[in-house]
Amino acid sequence: MALTYDDVIAKYEPVLGLEVHVELGTESKMFCGCNTVFGAEPNTQTCPICLGLPGSLPVVNAKAIEYTIAIGLALNCSIAPYSRFARKNYFYPDMPKNFQTSQYDEPICTNGYLDVTVDTEEGPREFRIEIERVHMEEDTGKSLHMGGSTGRIHGADYSLLDYNRAGIPLVEIVTKVVTGTGKYAPEVARAYVSELRDILRGLGVSDVKMEQGSLRCDANVSLRLIGGDKLGTRSETKNVNSLRSVERAVRGEMIRHAELLNKGERVIQETRHFHEDTGLTTPGRSKEQAEDYRYFPEPDLVPVAPSSEMIEKIRATLPEKPSVRRKKLQEAWQVPDKEMAAMINADVLDLVEATVKLGADPTRARGWWLGEIARIANERGIGAAEMPITPADVAEIVSLITSGELTDKLARQVIEGVINGEGRPAEIIEKRGIKVVSDDSALMAAIEKAIAAQPDVAEKVRKGHVPAAGALIGAVMKETKGQADAAKVRELLLKHLGQA
Amino acid sequence: MIKNSAVEMAKALNSKEISSVELTQAHLDQISKVDTDVHAFLHVDSEGALAQARDVDARRKAGEKLAPLAGVPLALKDVLVQKGIPTTCGSKMLEGWRPPYDSTVVSRLKDNGIIILGKTNMDEFAMGSSTENSAYGPTHNPWDLTRIPGGSGGGSSAALAAFEAPLAIGTDTGGSIRQPAAVTGTVGVKPTYGGVSRYGLVAFSSSLDQAGPCARTVLDAAYLHEAIGGYDRMDSTSINAPIPPVVEAAKNGNVKGMKIGVIKELQGDGYQPGVLKLFNQSLDLLASLGAEIVEVSCKYFDYALAAYYLIAPSECSSNLARFDAMRYGIRVGEGSAEEVMNATRQQGFGREVKRRIILGTYALSSGYYDAYYGSAQKVRTLISRDFEAAFSKADVLVSPTAPTTAFKIGEKANDPIAMYLNDIATIPTNLAGIGGMSIPAGLADEDGLPAGFQIMAPAMKDDRMYQVGSALEAALLSQWGKPILDNAPSLGAR
Repeated sequence: MALTYDDVIAKYEPVLGLEVHVELGTESKMFCGCNTVFGAEPNTQTCPICLGLPGSLPVVNAKAIEYTIAIGLALNCSIAPYSRFARKNYFYPDMPKNFQTSQYDEPICTNGYLDVTVDTEEGPREFRIEIERVHMEEDTGKSLHMGGSTGRIHGADYSLLDYNRAGIPLVEIVTKVVTGTGKYAPEVARAYVSELRDILRGLGVSDVKMEQGSLRCDANVSLRLIGGDKLGTRSETKNVNSLRSVERAVRGEMIRHAELLNKGERVIQETRHFHEDTGLTTPGRSKEQAEDYRYFPEPDLVPVAPSSEMIEKIRATLPEKPSVRRKKLQEAWQVPDKEMAAMINADVLDLVEATVKLGADPTRARGWWLGEIARIANERGIGAAEMPITPADVAEIVSLITSGELTDKLARQVIEGVINGEGRPAEIIEKRGIKVVSDDSALMAAIEKAIAAQPDVAEKVRKGHVPAAGALIGAVMKETKGQADAAKVRELLLKHLGQA
Repeated sequence: MIKNSAVEMAKALNSKEISSVELTQAHLDQISKVDTDVHAFLHVDSEGALAQARDVDARRKAGEKLAPLAGVPLALKDVLVQKGIPTTCGSKMLEGWRPPYDSTVVSRLKDNGIIILGKTNMDEFAMGSSTENSAYGPTHNPWDLTRIPGGSGGGSSAALAAFEAPLAIGTDTGGSIRQPAAVTGTVGVKPTYGGVSRYGLVAFSSSLDQAGPCARTVLDAAYLHEAIGGYDRMDSTSINAPIPPVVEAAKNGNVKGMKIGVIKELQGDGYQPGVLKLFNQSLDLLASLGAEIVEVSCKYFDYALAAYYLIAPSECSSNLARFDAMRYGIRVGEGSAEEVMNATRQQGFGREVKRRIILGTYALSSGYYDAYYGSAQKVRTLISRDFEAAFSKADVLVSPTAPTTAFKIGEKANDPIAMYLNDIATIPTNLAGIGGMSIPAGLADEDGLPAGFQIMAPAMKDDRMYQVGSALEAALLSQWGKPILDNAPSLGAR
């Protein structure tokens, strides 16, 4: 019988290690002047340098170094006064030089930490994730394996190579071994990636789009017996490309490991591919034998030696930490903890903030992003930020509600229109003829009609049974096709029946 | 005219005594006449050279102020890329490849109006001391066609000695400019590392490779050095400082009051007696010109060759990884990418290249790195310190350039260690990143073949080599009464 998650955590303690690759948002590549725009025609953003043509040489992008230092500082790391690039040698067709320019034993940032908060049964709990290193490297090109059933190189008929991505600056952020998370390991992993993403977004160093691969997480998971001191064999789940997937991948791997261990089998040290549809992983490359990358210092580049003035200058420009920012927002908006957590979870905090900045009431702004919009986004399987509706649209809608020109019900129609691409809110209101019926005489006519249709109900209300008014209000709303303000209808109706 | 110096040719061009087209054609004719025997060139770009010459002539006619060497032809070592012109590095691997860009050296040559005649032969990927490792057959020494012209830049030096070009570009990783200069009776300069951009120089060993000028006179070399040298933002290791005043130094050859250090470790056993005799005669001449000769010891030089043969192969094993048939060059075999890579590399690389790739792969592998690559880097530091100490006692250091004169083609082809020993006197400067120059010291008693005199200067003090080199050159010339190359047999008479 399959194990449940509770079975796993009753017996084992998870040990995590997270490696996050971030594509920096520099305008040009790491070692040449080529563009870095996502999704361009294959092999149009290349030059002799990023194609590794014979004779070409790299020159470091200064901006990439500044960004990396900023990341290191934001993660409380020490910045090395002297660090070097190294060549990681291995053959692969999408790597133009058959070595990757990376950093090895002299990374630019070391020994930092990041505190993350996870909702537990006992309330919010903070976990400290220690960072081992932050280093720079160049991305590889992309291989598209054609003709096989798996999309992988084995079994493919041929492969297409796109070097547009080759040489895009990457930063790799590696945690130390994460222990003591117990059953919250999946949530901690997710919270870590989420918090890291917020920090990187706040720094403006990357667009951190997991679905486009500008932020990629590899999750190392192993299990050890509770009370035992022997670490288990780890698996490395590659390129998990959403926050939800991080959580699922860790949980799934914990269960998979436990099943193997309980059967007396061993966990194979290997990379695993995560599948979004099933939430399961399949085997990748074996790591049983350590690969020898023959690292050595890159002789074509000079060492990176940032002055302390440069480091301090970057430190002075760091934005406030996302945790501080969240606290401030929570206070300003007077949001309960649970609602705050919901916003973070649904990844709408930035959207709400932008909407509030445009003058919207925080509670209403939050309500729309977290409610209707998040619901539709969820149906479509995308994030709220990817929805074709902007904070400006929502601010406009909220403002129309506040001024009484829209009801909540009508607002939903407007949102649906915006998302369907019918235009901006004002245009949709115009086109669809959406209008709150606020004319008292028109409403009174509808009220009279409702009373005439249901005289017995009206009589009940007259006798003081106010809850019965609901049926009459419903009839009025129906009569006005939902364009009336229900509160207003109620007020007029009760007055008419002598109850106000 | 083709026997003149580049400076004399430039003068004739300036006075409109001759046009660049005529001068270029004269050299193309000489190439047609002698290169079947010498095989200095892998590719001759007659059309491109003549087009460039016509352009320079037109600009001169229009009264434009031109660079000193504008209109003078040059031979380019086939390891530097030139847009649209085949670049093979002496390897089958790159057969048919036409690079889509110019190396910085080529851009600067073009900017200076220097006419590029074609690409010269070399040991495959610059690995060798005889040009025998070229996949396209060896170059023959114009002094004796049965002998090697040195290597790896044997094609460039042979082209100078055979009057196929008055100027040439070489690259020097362990002596590939200086040793060919020595055995062909020509001048070759390895500038300070970082003095000439490596952008577009197909890398053998990145931390050692350095392009430099080859010529028949010290002053010609100085002008060429000035044309190609200086900072380049495309090469991170290029030095951001003005080019040392090499032309001025070459014009004012004078050694009075200079201290010239003779390196004890670079003579004695293994050096041909005739070569040592010429070296000592040059020292006497320098002393007679007012220099003070001092002896210095660089005791770590004994480990230089060993360190070099770990560092250079290590870097080459990584630099040459890109030749995998995926993007350019030849492609051999069928099947998976891995199978194609294997088959191509097996067929595309020659024996010496494979030997060094394997050596370097081994030296960098985990568990061996510290003992090999790590130790070699420490030796490198110690050699730099030896040089620093020596330069505290002398303005320049000197030695024979190579231990012997040109040996016979095939003589050392199956003995890599004997071949490697050719570079024993030139390798230390590459490890330390300083400059070295070789000028002809005369003809050895044993075989009547040229030997070289090497002058080394501290980093970015390249002008000192030119100062001493031109003084010695002038003194030797007045002793000989005629240029050394006048003693070489005339070619193409058959």
